Amino acid sequence: MNQGIYSVLSNEKIAKDVFKMTLSGDTSSITAPGQFVNIKLDGFYLRRPISICDFDNHSITLIYKVVGQGTELMSKLSVETELDTLVGLGNGFDISKSGDRPLLIGGGVGVPPMFKLCKDLIKRGAKPAVILGFNTKDEVFYEDEFKALGTDTFVTTVDGSHGTKGFVTDAFPLVGKYSYFYTCGPLPMFKAVYNNTDTEGQFSFEERMGCGFGACMGCTCKTKYGNKRICKDGPVLVKEEIIW
Amino acid sequence: MVNTKVNLSGLTLDNPVIPASGTFGFGYEFADIYDINILGSISCKGTTKGPRFGNPTPRIAECTNGLINSVGLQNPGVEKVISEELPKLAKFYHKPVIANVSGFSIDEYAYTCSKIDANEQVGLIEVNISCPNVHNGGMSFGTNPNSAFEVTKAVKNVTTKPVYIKLSPNVTDITEIAKACEAAGADGISLINTLMGMRIDLKTKKPVIANKMGGFSGPAIFPVAVRMVYQVYEAVKIPIIGMGGVSTAQDVIEIMLAGATAVQVGAANLVDPYACKNIIEALPSVMEKYNINSLSEIIGGSH
Repeated sequence: MNQGIYSVLSNEKIAKDVFKMTLSGDTSSITAPGQFVNIKLDGFYLRRPISICDFDNHSITLIYKVVGQGTELMSKLSVETELDTLVGLGNGFDISKSGDRPLLIGGGVGVPPMFKLCKDLIKRGAKPAVILGFNTKDEVFYEDEFKALGTDTFVTTVDGSHGTKGFVTDAFPLVGKYSYFYTCGPLPMFKAVYNNTDTEGQFSFEERMGCGFGACMGCTCKTKYGNKRICKDGPVLVKEEIIW
Repeated sequence: MVNTKVNLSGLTLDNPVIPASGTFGFGYEFADIYDINILGSISCKGTTKGPRFGNPTPRIAECTNGLINSVGLQNPGVEKVISEELPKLAKFYHKPVIANVSGFSIDEYAYTCSKIDANEQVGLIEVNISCPNVHNGGMSFGTNPNSAFEVTKAVKNVTTKPVYIKLSPNVTDITEIAKACEAAGADGISLINTLMGMRIDLKTKKPVIANKMGGFSGPAIFPVAVRMVYQVYEAVKIPIIGMGGVSTAQDVIEIMLAGATAVQVGAANLVDPYACKNIIEALPSVMEKYNINSLSEIIGGSH
């Protein structure tokens, strides 16, 4: 974990209620895709935990949805705003388990952490397939970015306004065989994924957090391997340990 | 050169700054980010006789200048605290720690305190009779002078180390409870625990926290803490560990002027993992600014 002042390089709307922000600063504390940052905003007591979509040696890409007053303020921050940010939080995904043909499943704002994960999997020689699930076409983002990585990317919308009509699991037949899966998204989607696969995989969970670094026990869940803090021992849990 | 040392029932602390129970785990998590030996002491995560998962999530609700928590005393139980957690902390922290104990009956308090009393890392026992987040536990002992007296007496009977009783602000007259603890032999008083609070989500129109209500802490409650420390200082002769929204070196000095011998920092740790370090590093220059040579000389200085 690193605490530092990170400067806003860009902050733009990319879909309905969804914004992409890039921050400049030290990224050396990020050890795995699927980790998150925790951002202090003026006028709000607690930080905002946001998953890392992508990063390089000196910048971080975040994609976030405006869901409340904090993210609303975030969406209005101008370039060069300086943000007190904790970086490199959580365990992140374990890419060593992926096999040759991992399936990446992102739902809504669960899509962003799949992007750096996808890049890292490709770098180590895997050929990921990607399913991105949204409610409607106005909410779709990053379809082109995933396709540009050379992956087989399938988009689903609940109302059928773009891609395959239905839920992410409705695109499973299009993917065919896969070696492992990684997923991030809402709980109902997790349950659908869990019920539609025999493969092992990893789920990245969301929970209301106090600190984001393991101190307050505000985000604890029960697993088959004991109590885990989503912020520190997670957000990624492996399929076999999850109690549904 | 200013002197930040204070004496807490025979324990000399290098400075009065102590992370509060429940905001610092068992300390070792923070050892990754700075040398925690700069801390005056550490008040460890609240410990009960048996292991507890705590309350369902969401357990956290944000507020203006604070937060509500309803963790519900999640901890691995006293046996594991002694066999696993405290040894992990010992690798990084080489000073006496404060054990924080909760219970659901007087016998449980006594059992857990006697176990923890025997641990050599423990320099002081803080008995929490004020947790607002467990039904029929903790706070019910802290809102009645008679039961506060009984818990204190039972714990004192089975322990050798200084016993501080941590009080709830959710009472009509906190001085009555403090006096009962003093009369039962308490070596000191810790105050204040969180204030009972609640938030409701406008979208769902339901309470934000799964357990509906929780304990409100953060800078918003600091004036309440200062007031209650001031009142208790006038009511008892035993030392006070002051806490409640302390976030800066100035806050430390203010609550000491009200009557605190040592000071705990709680919610601030959750927003800024370096909060205690920053406060400790700022103390000497803030002391100089206000012409304070020795912190121990300002305790209760506002009276």
